[in-house]
Amino acid sequence: MRNSALLDFCAYLENTPLALAIQGSFWMVPLMQTLHILAISALLIAALMINFRVLNVGNKSDTASVVISQYVNIIWLALPILFISGSILIVGEPARSLANPAFQMKIIMLLMVIAITLSIQKIRAPNGTPLRSDRKVKLLAVLSLMLWFGIVACGRWIAYT
Amino acid sequence: MNDILILLYNSHLAQTVRENELLFPWIETFHVLAITLVFGSIALVDLRLIGIRALNRPISKISQELLPITWVAFLLATVTGTILFVSNALSYSQNFYFISKIIFLTLAGINMLCFQLVIGRNLEAWNHLQTLPYSARVSGAISLILWASILFCGRLIGFTLEPVLAIS
Repeated sequence: MRNSALLDFCAYLENTPLALAIQGSFWMVPLMQTLHILAISALLIAALMINFRVLNVGNKSDTASVVISQYVNIIWLALPILFISGSILIVGEPARSLANPAFQMKIIMLLMVIAITLSIQKIRAPNGTPLRSDRKVKLLAVLSLMLWFGIVACGRWIAYT
Repeated sequence: MNDILILLYNSHLAQTVRENELLFPWIETFHVLAITLVFGSIALVDLRLIGIRALNRPISKISQELLPITWVAFLLATVTGTILFVSNALSYSQNFYFISKIIFLTLAGINMLCFQLVIGRNLEAWNHLQTLPYSARVSGAISLILWASILFCGRLIGFTLEPVLAIS
């Protein structure tokens, strides 16, 4: 998507005082990018632990529902940090991100993986009984891992598209 | 030293990475993926050491379930990082933030050795503890700060790298 309304919006955003302040500072963008990467680290390791457990990869001493309750909060904590740091980066260079196919694909995959995470989280039994690892849940876990990989890849490719 | 760097710069691998438009970003993508998993897994162990997260679980169990991921991811980060370095060895070796990153990596390695060999030699002994000994908490805090600095320096390389031409 690259229509004129979007490009007009980018042009408007680019000239707001906040955007000019971000562009004028050498440290702001790398600091926000580092914060963004730190939050991605927290989120990815949590997603990996949950999905590996659902797929029966690695340590099986805890049930899937226990592993979900240990790690899923990290995902919901990291997402607002990613949203804020990401938004600041967008305001600094709106056209580079908003009008970029890699960025747009990243957001679509993000919405999909959030929906998947919510549904994986929902099948967690409240009393800690083992989660039944049927094929549907495993499929969701595989999809989730693929989407997170895609999101990281698109994030890097924003710089090249 | 410069001779070795020029040799690396002119190697077949370096030329391939430089000349192929897709190769460099893809190797970077795997490098980013690897370092996020390295940092994420180490940070969770550090947060338990410091006493911020998962206090009801023994540190021995947490490190046992996370450190295998750390090592696999660290291997991937080293391989991809080496290829990225070789593709432009002279520029990277003169970059302030690249040098800082390598120094911080070395310090993080020393900190880890101190923990593995001395401070946390017997993690099982702490199984019943919620708050760990002072030395363990400090070691965790140092590790967290060093790894965050490594990521920050890594990101800054992209903003400060200047082309250095190899004369061969």
